[in-house]
Amino acid sequence: MSDLIAMTLAEARDAIRAKKISSKELTGAFVKAIEAGRPLNAFITESGEQAMLMADAADRRIAKGSLGALEGLPLAIKDLFCTKGTRTTAASKILGNFVPPYESTVTQNLWDAGAVMLGKTNLDEFAMGSSNETSAFGPVFNPWRANNSNANLVPGGSSGGSSAAVAADLCLAATGTDTGGSIRQPAAVTGRVGLKPTYGRCSRFGIVAFASSLDQAGPMTKTVRDAAIMLGTMASVDARDSTSMDVPVPDYEKLLEGGIKGLKVGIPKEYRIDGAPAEINALWSKGAEWLKAQGAEIVEVSLPHTKYALPTYYIVAPAECSSNLARYDGVRFGHRASGVHDITDLYEKSRGEGFGAEVQRRILIGTYVLSAGYYDAYYSRAQKLRTLIKRDFDQAFEKCDVLLTPTTPGPAFAVGAKTTDPLEMYLQDVFTVTVNLAGLPGISVPAGLTETGLPLGLQLIGKAFDEATLLRAAQAIETAADFKHSPAKWWTL
Amino acid sequence: MSVDKDTVRRIAKLARLAVPESRLEPMAGELNGIFQWVEMLGEVNVEGVPAMTSVVAQKLKWREDKVTDGGKADELMVNAPEGTDHFFVVPKVVE
Repeated sequence: MSDLIAMTLAEARDAIRAKKISSKELTGAFVKAIEAGRPLNAFITESGEQAMLMADAADRRIAKGSLGALEGLPLAIKDLFCTKGTRTTAASKILGNFVPPYESTVTQNLWDAGAVMLGKTNLDEFAMGSSNETSAFGPVFNPWRANNSNANLVPGGSSGGSSAAVAADLCLAATGTDTGGSIRQPAAVTGRVGLKPTYGRCSRFGIVAFASSLDQAGPMTKTVRDAAIMLGTMASVDARDSTSMDVPVPDYEKLLEGGIKGLKVGIPKEYRIDGAPAEINALWSKGAEWLKAQGAEIVEVSLPHTKYALPTYYIVAPAECSSNLARYDGVRFGHRASGVHDITDLYEKSRGEGFGAEVQRRILIGTYVLSAGYYDAYYSRAQKLRTLIKRDFDQAFEKCDVLLTPTTPGPAFAVGAKTTDPLEMYLQDVFTVTVNLAGLPGISVPAGLTETGLPLGLQLIGKAFDEATLLRAAQAIETAADFKHSPAKWWTL
Repeated sequence: MSVDKDTVRRIAKLARLAVPESRLEPMAGELNGIFQWVEMLGEVNVEGVPAMTSVVAQKLKWREDKVTDGGKADELMVNAPEGTDHFFVVPKVVE
């Protein structure tokens, strides 16, 4: 049983195609692993029974010789994707017992390819956070612990349930969403792969909106190959998302081959920040050497507006959030306060009771920066900074094909360690947030362990819609790093 | 620029968010910390820089102006906290 759940997505796919295992055997093993993994709190909703039905249907299709790209493969879905008939919470009280009457395009693509849904994973409320601690359904614990320590660490965020589920072998792969680093940062601190595609690569239809100009869905997987397989199915142009792009989706898995000889890798000097642990910078240099040894050329580049990315993000993202979250009013769906005396009272109390502290904070920031008299000073200026940040990347990509940076400023931290000062939490995204502001694809690959035995990731950033080159470079890092570590399964003891 | 308790009360009203009186002061402190930090954007010369409107170069797509969806009143009511027939029930709005 244990070897079944330890398989990569590609291995499981090949085993199913070779009829060595059935989807029901595989899915059953994961359903059991999820039950045993409950101490991690990775899932908000488990859908084991439905998963077995989906696996059975997949097995029948397989018997008939029809094979989708993900036929019979069990996946976990971040609870930000609407799933028809299965409660979708965004980890917020405000959605109450919302059961979507429709399916998100990304998940529909997965089911159309034959995949099986194991359940809905925990996250920071409305994807706002970097530790999964803002969830109304409680924190998720990182499967990893430091050497000789029983202290619970955070799994990163906002896709913390997905990262924990992938790292703990509770699914073959998971979906995440990334607005400022929410796929890449949790993947990095759990020793797994996380890919944020180019803005417009995957449809946002049916994904609970946080910041519409930044949000993008992507895969969280055990290997780079698995990320390539998942992206090939998740990506599509969609009439229901006018920002999804009508560009061909290549066979990313096939394009992994070919090596990186002659690839130009840019090292942005502004990512060497004061106070970053020496281990982070050492790993970064090692990553550059790995790529060089495989034939890549390393070039130094400059992204001069890097330090303005986080403050820009904390104007743009809350502004869009305050607008997007205006729909939660206690009238048409979700939580509704009782004992109200008029309609305004209904709105204010429902929202006050339904939203958690971090979401409220961001709604207030957003409302303020968009309000009369402050719009130009804050929002308008931030949108100009965003143009400058994107321009930095455009100029850097004249000299190179991909960029290499650290993913996070440090490894997983203790639960509760960064909850008192919001700014300290925001700094988690210092290396990832630039990519969202510029709409580019980025991937985190596990690259090594700290002295205390915790995983660290390296990030590669690609040109818009060039995920194929990005994945190939990521695979080169993966091969050289040869990261084979897995967390000890303390939760089953 | 500094945010005080009254400003928080005003923004909360605009955002239709009930913030308890006891939270106004601490919230002002938290917001000030964040606004002081974003002040650093003021040091960048943005003269002549266009504000970003679309992160990926593309023209907004057009489609034929026709009804493509609808007739789902039953489904729409499924998640309503309070409804009757195909109506959402709210407190009295017009006296």
